[in-house]
Amino acid sequence: MTSTRNVALTVGLLCVSLAGWEGVVRLLAVPAYIVPPPSRVTVALWRGFASGLYPRHLLYTLTETVLGFLLGAALGFSLGVAVASSRYIEYFVYPYIVMFQSLPKVALAPLIVIWFGLGLASKVVNAALVAFFPLMVNTMVGLRSADEDRVSLMRALAASESQIFWMLRLPGALPFVMAGLDVAVILALIGAIVGEFVGAQHGLGMLIQSMNFTMDVSGQFSVLLILSVLGLALNKGIAILRRRVLFWDPSVKSRSDAP
Amino acid sequence: MPATAISVAGVAMRYAARGASVAALADMNFDVAEREFVAVVGPSGCGKSTLLKILAGLLPPTRGEARLRGTPIAGPRRDIGVVFQAPVLFPWRTVLDNVLLPVDVQGLPRDRHQRTALDLLALVGLEGFERRYPWELSGGMQQRVSIIRALIHDPAMLLMDEPFGALDAMTRELMNLELQRIWLERQKTVLFITHSIPEAVFLADRVLVMTTRPGAIMDDVAVRLPRPRALDAMSTSEFGGCVARIRARFNAQGGVDA
Repeated sequence: MTSTRNVALTVGLLCVSLAGWEGVVRLLAVPAYIVPPPSRVTVALWRGFASGLYPRHLLYTLTETVLGFLLGAALGFSLGVAVASSRYIEYFVYPYIVMFQSLPKVALAPLIVIWFGLGLASKVVNAALVAFFPLMVNTMVGLRSADEDRVSLMRALAASESQIFWMLRLPGALPFVMAGLDVAVILALIGAIVGEFVGAQHGLGMLIQSMNFTMDVSGQFSVLLILSVLGLALNKGIAILRRRVLFWDPSVKSRSDAP
Repeated sequence: MPATAISVAGVAMRYAARGASVAALADMNFDVAEREFVAVVGPSGCGKSTLLKILAGLLPPTRGEARLRGTPIAGPRRDIGVVFQAPVLFPWRTVLDNVLLPVDVQGLPRDRHQRTALDLLALVGLEGFERRYPWELSGGMQQRVSIIRALIHDPAMLLMDEPFGALDAMTRELMNLELQRIWLERQKTVLFITHSIPEAVFLADRVLVMTTRPGAIMDDVAVRLPRPRALDAMSTSEFGGCVARIRARFNAQGGVDA
């Protein structure tokens, strides 16, 4: 299948569904404060961007998400390395980490806002806490799954444990780490939005809440659209990184975009 | 009489498995001279690989002692090159960087060894492949890379654990010729483990025949075929005689899979 045909099909499908949505809403006379038609969502989107309101809040949420993701990734990766390299840490610390993970992190958000304030810091911490776990588990599993023959080879060469780590275990764990980052970046966005819901002065999450109070449903739809595009873009960013880092991994080598 | 490279004296190995103690090797005794090519043949599970791990310093023997050039093997050593059954290459390293792995691990000067690596790649017909990645190479090419990786730091001894076991029969014969050529050029002491009797006889100066588990040496067969050997050396009476003698040894033990 050619890629131009794929693009045409994708755009065509989108147009048909939007037209269907618009038609159903108008035909059944659904009030705009329940489900707005796409035309009104588009207008809201346009006004939001033209007035500079959306870009400002988008930038704020993006900053929270990226900082939270970086913090969570660093935390998850370090914990993963620590747990994978020491049976003691695994035995004594890991159960607490799992206990913490089984707690719904959303329930922690009010506390974190009390501790870190209404500004950027509380959202970054919240995003990091939600995002770190999958990366930790993946790093742990990745480091442990080093091929036995390769470890034997390194040992036969009289390699030190740190050489085995840097030259074998770490690069070998990268497919797992990248899969963890893939999940973590979206979780960071969720963490940031939840933080904004609880208490914030800026950000797309705060915007959704204030629009909810004024029954501006078209506005909410337009922000939701921005959020999904933001999530997609973050995911794409990780995918690009993944393809650069894992050029040697079967998951990247055998990948083809067209169905 | 050339100097002794490897000496194995009274080496025995027992594993603890599910509470019981299993004997893998029972009283191994043999010497390998400098620059000698010695093959070890034995049925599956006779402890051949255990012997190799002991010589590579990866496993301390339960009893006895193995020495390399007079010093006991107490742990991994930098003057040994090991080739495993699988090529065991690192997919994120180029062919050249894979060959240079021992150089990186042992902190040797990279620029000087890079030239050696390129020479070795040319020796095995892989010139021009140095910037490729292992997954772009065929199985036989990958195994050649793993052999020259074992040679890059100029080790005193080469340990090979069924290095061609995973290759098809045609490639395997070619690799046997290739290995002989490398060995004649580089003059290394080689201990070559295999379960193929013809392969052992074709390659080796001496063939050590192992019993079933617990492994011990039941015969030491000298192969008096001139070097370099071509594939048609396999149709000589000396070759046939050696193969028949080894096979008869196994049959007396209750059969063999090779």
